[in-house]
Amino acid sequence: MAKKSITININGTPRSGEVEDRLLLVHFIRDDCALTGTHIGCDSTHCGACTVLLDGTAVKSCTVLAVQADGREVSTIEGMEGAALHPLQEGFFEEHGLQCGFCTPGMIMSAKHLLDNNPKPNEEEIRCGISGNLCRCTGYQNIVKSVQYASNKIQESESVGGE
Amino acid sequence: MSKCKTSSEVGGMGHSVKRKEDARFIRGQGNYVDDVVRPGMVFMDIVRSPYAHAKIKSINTEKALAHPGVAAVITGETLKEYNLHMMPTLMSDTQMVLPIDKVCYQSQEVAAVIGTDRYAVADGIELVEVEYEPLPVVVDPFKATDPDAPIIRDDKEGQESNHIWHWEEGDKEATAEIFNNSDVVVKERIYIPRIHVASIETCGCVSEFDKATGQLTVWMTTQAPHAIRTVLALVAGHVGLQEDKIRVISPDIGGGFGGKVPVYPGYVIAIAASVVTGLPVKWIEDRRENLQADSFARDYHMDCEIAADKDGTLNGLRIKTLADNGYADAAANPSKYPAGMFSICTGSYDFKNAFVEVDGVYTNKPPGGVAYRCSFRVTEAVHAIERMVDMVADEIMMDAAELRMKNFIPKDAFPYHSPTGWEYDSGDYHAALQLAMDNIGYDKLLEEQKEKRERGEFMGIGICSFTEVVGAGPSKDFDILGIKMFDSSEIRIHPTGKAIARFGTKSQGQGHETTYAQIIAEELGIPYTDVSVEEGDTDTAPYGLGTYASRSTPTAGAAAAMACRKIKAKAKKIAAHLLETSEEDLEWEVGKFSVKGVPDKAVTIQDIAFAAYTNHPQGLEAGLEATHYYDPPNLTFPFGSYIAVVDIDSGTGEVKVRRFMAVDDCGNIINPMIVEGQIHGGLTQGLAPALFEEISYDEEGNMTGGSFMEYLVPTAVETPHWETDKTITPSPHHPIGAKGVGESPTVGAPPAIVNAVVDALSHLGVKHIDIPITPEKVWRAIHKKEVA
Amino acid sequence: MIPGTFDYHSPDTLDEAIKLLNDLGEDAKVLAGGHSLLPMMKWRLAEPTHLVDISRLSDLDYIKEENGYLCLGAMVTESALENSELIAAKYPILKDTSEVIADPLVRNLASVGGNIAHGDPANDHPATMLALNAIVVVCGPNGSKREINIDDFFLGPLWTALQDNEILTEIKIPIPKQYSGGCYIKLERKVGDYAIAACAATLDFENGQCISAGIGLTNVGPTPVRASDSQNMLVGTDVSDEIIEKASVLASETSQPVGDHRGSEEYKRGVVKTLTERAIMKAKNRALGGN
Repeated sequence: MAKKSITININGTPRSGEVEDRLLLVHFIRDDCALTGTHIGCDSTHCGACTVLLDGTAVKSCTVLAVQADGREVSTIEGMEGAALHPLQEGFFEEHGLQCGFCTPGMIMSAKHLLDNNPKPNEEEIRCGISGNLCRCTGYQNIVKSVQYASNKIQESESVGGE
Repeated sequence: MSKCKTSSEVGGMGHSVKRKEDARFIRGQGNYVDDVVRPGMVFMDIVRSPYAHAKIKSINTEKALAHPGVAAVITGETLKEYNLHMMPTLMSDTQMVLPIDKVCYQSQEVAAVIGTDRYAVADGIELVEVEYEPLPVVVDPFKATDPDAPIIRDDKEGQESNHIWHWEEGDKEATAEIFNNSDVVVKERIYIPRIHVASIETCGCVSEFDKATGQLTVWMTTQAPHAIRTVLALVAGHVGLQEDKIRVISPDIGGGFGGKVPVYPGYVIAIAASVVTGLPVKWIEDRRENLQADSFARDYHMDCEIAADKDGTLNGLRIKTLADNGYADAAANPSKYPAGMFSICTGSYDFKNAFVEVDGVYTNKPPGGVAYRCSFRVTEAVHAIERMVDMVADEIMMDAAELRMKNFIPKDAFPYHSPTGWEYDSGDYHAALQLAMDNIGYDKLLEEQKEKRERGEFMGIGICSFTEVVGAGPSKDFDILGIKMFDSSEIRIHPTGKAIARFGTKSQGQGHETTYAQIIAEELGIPYTDVSVEEGDTDTAPYGLGTYASRSTPTAGAAAAMACRKIKAKAKKIAAHLLETSEEDLEWEVGKFSVKGVPDKAVTIQDIAFAAYTNHPQGLEAGLEATHYYDPPNLTFPFGSYIAVVDIDSGTGEVKVRRFMAVDDCGNIINPMIVEGQIHGGLTQGLAPALFEEISYDEEGNMTGGSFMEYLVPTAVETPHWETDKTITPSPHHPIGAKGVGESPTVGAPPAIVNAVVDALSHLGVKHIDIPITPEKVWRAIHKKEVA
Repeated sequence: MIPGTFDYHSPDTLDEAIKLLNDLGEDAKVLAGGHSLLPMMKWRLAEPTHLVDISRLSDLDYIKEENGYLCLGAMVTESALENSELIAAKYPILKDTSEVIADPLVRNLASVGGNIAHGDPANDHPATMLALNAIVVVCGPNGSKREINIDDFFLGPLWTALQDNEILTEIKIPIPKQYSGGCYIKLERKVGDYAIAACAATLDFENGQCISAGIGLTNVGPTPVRASDSQNMLVGTDVSDEIIEKASVLASETSQPVGDHRGSEEYKRGVVKTLTERAIMKAKNRALGGN
């Protein structure tokens, strides 16, 4: 059974391990690093519950090998809160963007990628942006509002910061 | 609620306060079953049958056992030693945990591999060699009772066909008489296919058995932990797992919708494995297993007939239904109701009479059926009546809204006794439909449709005015395996005026930690932020039947209010003691008792709580707490009117839901934000089966599909922007006038969408299309092609 | 779901990758974006014993115009294609195509090379590349390199002209002439699903007459289908509505769909006609300066 030594920088902390070549990134994050905010919902690259950022790009970590992420940077939901909640976390709270909470971390990471690349998306762009993530509880409407909330909040803080 | 009694700081009824549970979910700190890790934990994976019906000739476990990391393989023979190879279903049928001699549906559990990690057991199941001998299969329920059909349940004594039960309600003769004397009779066979709840979290458990103490702890994806504990004790009591030794913990649940009510074989095998090995065992099913083997919903073939007069008066309704239950009747209905509340099918209309009958049959498909975000079989009933009403409108060329308005049960007729035996608590159906029509601009839409039709464009408007029946239920009629369907609340007020409240229900996203706290805030004036809510641990929570069928607010929510009232009664005695007056001289306003006419002379609930532990009146027990087991006097009957507007692409058959107006009435509202969120979600789970989702089988009983590649859960792109509004007609018998809401939109949305699509095509002579309305079905209707 | 065991190789250069493939033989598979291969491995429908990861080969990640061709490195992701200004301005058909592949998260890793090399007739790029008359560049052992005409590339379901010891490195697309236009229209049940059917159409005009046409069809045959009769119908005409109608019927006749859970053969043929009609119309508008 082939094994490799890998080091992945997760949320700013280097995480090393001796892993099977076939270990999926999502299992490295959840089982080896005990960061259980990243979830597994479908195993077939459809639901997006396992979404993380790999070098800043949102990917489904059930379809990436841990060895592929060796030497790279991964961001998960656990890394989103700094001194305060990230505007997206705040948005999901304020706009009732979650119910059971299972898809939420993946949704937030997808939305992070979206806003990083398109800071002021309209409703259609948000719906497209989160269309790789399935939610069974909310009907998506309040998730859209949550992302809009975060977009506005980020704009406001940037315009304040810029003055 | 037109007016909130409490301030927003207290956050009682009617306030859209933010959810308390979100603090952990937005940080990824929820604790779901797969997040539970125990020292020395091993993993389990399951070998499943590729055949729908086959003899098991042999199971060879040698290669699997030789694989590194594999510790054990459990088969039916292993379980038979402990008499654990069979288990009861919630409908008092039986079901295999693991088979001894044959399998009865594709993906049925055949053996389980236990090993050190997920990867080892995933390899292990590939190495278990099972030799099958295929048997003839029963796939079509209409052929299940043919004389030459193979008997699927030959294990059951006296079971000489695949017929399970017959159930009927209403007056057959009187209904026939009405049909004979009506101007118009419209008939249609309506099929509601199998669908799957497909919560984003699949099912699973961690089972830990302490050999020294004999204590079993199971973390489990269950909507009904207490009932599950009792079932486990009934199944395994004979091997020493008595109820006091079993602790079921339902941690955070990633969506339930009914799919996490049953006991699945995987749970029982994992429990057996932990008892046998003495190690904690984790079993988490993958999506394929979840879709292919877990309980399904619907699968009702309904022959519907409706009798009316030419002027549009609805007279009679008759429905004969064939229910495909799969290999076992593993539904989660109340015992006396094998077809659930299907007899609510007279809906919102004042029929003179009705007769409904349902026959359940076995087929070689996974057992069920559970709900899919609906009270027991109400979705099927609403689909039948709301389609048939539209067909009458089409037949007599009357506007579908006008026909409904003409036949609604008038609001002064409540409580209303339906011809099938229900007592509707309250309703104002005219107001809800009128509001929906006004909001969406019904008359303008009709004009637009007329213009578009002249241009050859396809646009449709569809209405659904549904009546739900939820909140099971009164103990005189409702039980599951004999356990009455009350629910419970236990509230303790701490000396500093904060509280902890525990319930027999279990949230799977409904927001109980917030809404229950709001009920307590409303009743006692304690800010909702000062009330901790706990559910799901059978060691600490009071007994209850769990959360499904929109029953939490009607039962446990009522229990909370009643427990608060017990606390308030005692608080009044303490207040009288503190204020040195008599109870009769006290009056209550939010959060405090004051002396009548002397508002300054008052004590707050917090003062009273402190006194309950520091200065309680002599002769009165110390402390301030109460428990209430609420046995509802009746069910509650939420209702609503939905209007869908669809546009159809005639070249491809694609249906686009352009607008959807949902007016709901769920009685008094605890948290409008949460109710609206539930409606959005429920509507989306109505859109899904209407246009996308279906589980089907080929002639050999192979499921066509079985992953999210084929099972089409809609994304944000396919989901329209929902428009919502409400009317409020409180339940007269519920302590806080609430009715329950989570499932109304899932029940009401599909017929609205189907009615809109059929309306768009009605000028072509289209009368009915079964769900899911695929682009092909629409394309065929437009291009007049026979069904392939 | 968990893949079987394999050895993972992450070569630093293309030559090293090809050498590995050559040495390891048919048990080795190329891992590019991984979004076709890894799901199959998790279902254990594919169980290669070696994976050669080319995703770190940055010299395969480029979008550039050179020597009369648009050149796409094999590792260009779908989202890069979707967001490229050059593509949006001059090759809208490629933007049309990339933005309907799977879902946005998949597109962040899935590569254009992988989409073609996988040889799946349900994938979207193959039909578009047929319509664009693309050339597939593949590299083999000892520095060998060959250019394969797209019409010779797809041999059957999941079967291409690519040898086990070759890597698809580049796709070359002729730079469009002045009055050229193309588009891709896909009918799917929902985001993330494969096409019920889809049509890629390209048209070149000179003096108001169509001088060449490309029509490619997705998921209606064992390989992506070129609708040659339909193309011929268009060439030499002004592509009137009447001609479009006829060309669409021909495309429908050329297609070879089989019935499955996405629809019957008859329905898919009907859809091919509709989509071809719309695709040609839109390509014409784009070629002649409309939308």
